[in-house]
Amino acid sequence: MSDRLEYNTEYEEINELLTSKSGGYKEGFFTKTKVNTFAKGLDEDVVRAISSKKNEPQWMLDFRLKAYRHWITLEEPHWAKLEYVPLDYQNFSYYSAPECSACSSDDGDSQLEISEVDEEVAKAFASLGVPVAGNADAEKPNIAVDAIFDSVSVSTTKREDLAELGIIFCSFSEAVHEYPELVQKYIGSVVRYDDNFFASLNSAVASDGTFVYIPENVRCPIDLSTYFRINEAKTGQFERTIVIADKGSYVSYLEGCSAPARDAYQLHAAVVEVIVLDDAEVKYSTVQNWYPGDKDNEGGILNFVTKRGICKGKNSKMSWTQAETGSAITWKYPSCILFGDNSIGEFYSVALTNNRQQADTGTKMIHIGKNTSSTIISKGLSAGVSQNTYRGMVKILPTAENARNFTQCDSMLIGDKCGAHTFPYIEVENSTATMEHEATTSRIGDDQLFYCKQRGIGEEDAISMIVNGFCKDVFKELPLEFAQEAEELLAISLEGSVG
Amino acid sequence: MLLDIKNIHAHVEGDEDKEILKGLSLQVNVGEVHAIMGPNGAGKSTLSSVISGNEDYEVSAGEMTFNGKDILEEDPEDRARQGMFLAFQYPVEIPGVSNKLFMQTSLNAIREEQSLPALDMFDFDQYAQEKMQLLNMNKDMLERSVNVGFSGGEKKRNDIFQMALLAPKLCILDETDSGLDIDAMKIVANGVNSLRSKDRGFILITHYQRLLDYIKPDFVHVLYDGKIIKSAGFELAHELEKNGYDQIIADYQAAKN
Repeated sequence: MSDRLEYNTEYEEINELLTSKSGGYKEGFFTKTKVNTFAKGLDEDVVRAISSKKNEPQWMLDFRLKAYRHWITLEEPHWAKLEYVPLDYQNFSYYSAPECSACSSDDGDSQLEISEVDEEVAKAFASLGVPVAGNADAEKPNIAVDAIFDSVSVSTTKREDLAELGIIFCSFSEAVHEYPELVQKYIGSVVRYDDNFFASLNSAVASDGTFVYIPENVRCPIDLSTYFRINEAKTGQFERTIVIADKGSYVSYLEGCSAPARDAYQLHAAVVEVIVLDDAEVKYSTVQNWYPGDKDNEGGILNFVTKRGICKGKNSKMSWTQAETGSAITWKYPSCILFGDNSIGEFYSVALTNNRQQADTGTKMIHIGKNTSSTIISKGLSAGVSQNTYRGMVKILPTAENARNFTQCDSMLIGDKCGAHTFPYIEVENSTATMEHEATTSRIGDDQLFYCKQRGIGEEDAISMIVNGFCKDVFKELPLEFAQEAEELLAISLEGSVG
Repeated sequence: MLLDIKNIHAHVEGDEDKEILKGLSLQVNVGEVHAIMGPNGAGKSTLSSVISGNEDYEVSAGEMTFNGKDILEEDPEDRARQGMFLAFQYPVEIPGVSNKLFMQTSLNAIREEQSLPALDMFDFDQYAQEKMQLLNMNKDMLERSVNVGFSGGEKKRNDIFQMALLAPKLCILDETDSGLDIDAMKIVANGVNSLRSKDRGFILITHYQRLLDYIKPDFVHVLYDGKIIKSAGFELAHELEKNGYDQIIADYQAAKN
């Protein structure tokens, strides 16, 4: 590793400037802390440097290099209904961490001790309401949190309590050291290193992420959660998350995201792999509120995410619920491979775009096992001059006797300059399959608004009521606190979008 | 005076050539029930929209006061909070929003205007149950989405139920009787009659005399060509039923020329 790749900086206070630019994005503050950031650019040396920063074993470096060498042969995909100029991947930095982090320590343990959480970083999480070790929220009874700041996990709470049940809940970097057999067994098993352009990039430069293992017949008593925060300008966050639910187990996993308001694009290319064994169930919920850019499309997060779960065992169940309100561009298709007989896949999604945001999101349900069933409920909301696309695939393979799918995708337009698009792909190779597909597009009608107003309800309350009603089928799938957060986010994201 | 409309002119928003109300005047006192009748296209629904502040219409001249206060510049929600209620010709569906949430929000907005404390879920529920009996409504109605999957009759009944909940000072019923079978109409009429009081005024806009047999109005007005061309007591409704609008319109045209 050469020194030219690193530099230390201390940032100036730019909050004021940003608040005036970002308007309603309340997570748009910026944390001033000493950071250790790689110089911009990506080559094999950078991949090696990341691995060495994290003191990784050879197999992990090999995995990265294999992915990197494949990635450089690929071209950035542009088939989605998203308009953006091809990105200059040499113009991003691929590693950034608060300086006091233990990432470069010699013991190979990237996890910080409680006292080591940088004060400014801890403050940032506290103001986001995220419990990290040492802050008051850390004792919240119903949730365990892994907090990730740029490229590293800074704190994971409640680990001891979970360990008593045999549950592993730690950062991905730590898992590489502590549970190499499990990581080696499952990394790339659902999303291969060569799955797609962004998955390959992630496999090469994966920063940090969360690792969850629920042992046989254990029902995780609390929600597990990861909070991702991108702070550094011009940085990418490339988290890698693996969730394994062993036979007969259950876990509810939540993730939340935010980033400061920046006037340059920030890149987020994550990979999530979920493995669900016999009779197990994983419920995976996301509230994504990455910075969407300002009204003129300056800055924002480019969110290119590959999320996939495999229902490997019989009677297993994988459920994705997402509320997507942020990011300048969203490219994301949380999918289920229904391999085990009688397995169940679910996808509940609310995607809201405002101003110039673009979202191309949906799911894939691949039916392989017998009697597999899947449900897709997608609610797209477009406001401003945004474009919102649902893209979904339901594939019934010849082996999938008696497979069933129900799909409902509804779009709502707010104003008359936005767009909603639906691209459903259905491939059925077994005649015993039952497929149902419903799609609607509606506008927040002036008549609905007038009806509410005539009953004394003000315009903003009326819009928020109508929109939340539209999303109700999805929000009821979210854990209670998250559902409330999602409702509030919708209201904030829609401020000023009508009238 | 509860509502005082003087020489109102109104057109569709953005289309000044298309004047629909052409100098309409109407006075409503508390305790009175006024029926507005008239042929299609006379401007009946425009009148209810203009009174309630629908922004699809623009008032170009005239005056309108509610409780003695000029309300022409006020938003529909402000007029509603001051005690104005419109039962819609076509009540609107709001998927995913329960009647309970909708009406609790509505009632509390109005209570706030009156400096009354908001009703919580339990108090609201109790209050709503009383009113539901009045309109013979199914108990599950409160949990259902606003007007979604309701029959035409159920929607109208729901509007009258809302009226009972909000206890407004002025109730405007815009062709509430259209599309109702005789049983549904009786239920609606019963609802209205039970709300009649010396503290409340009504404007019934209707195409047919049928409803008026159940809700006997104090005054009947004929609306034609954007104006009230004839006003009289309840007997006018019967006259119209027998002779139609032709003679009244002919008299009006003759007087105009």
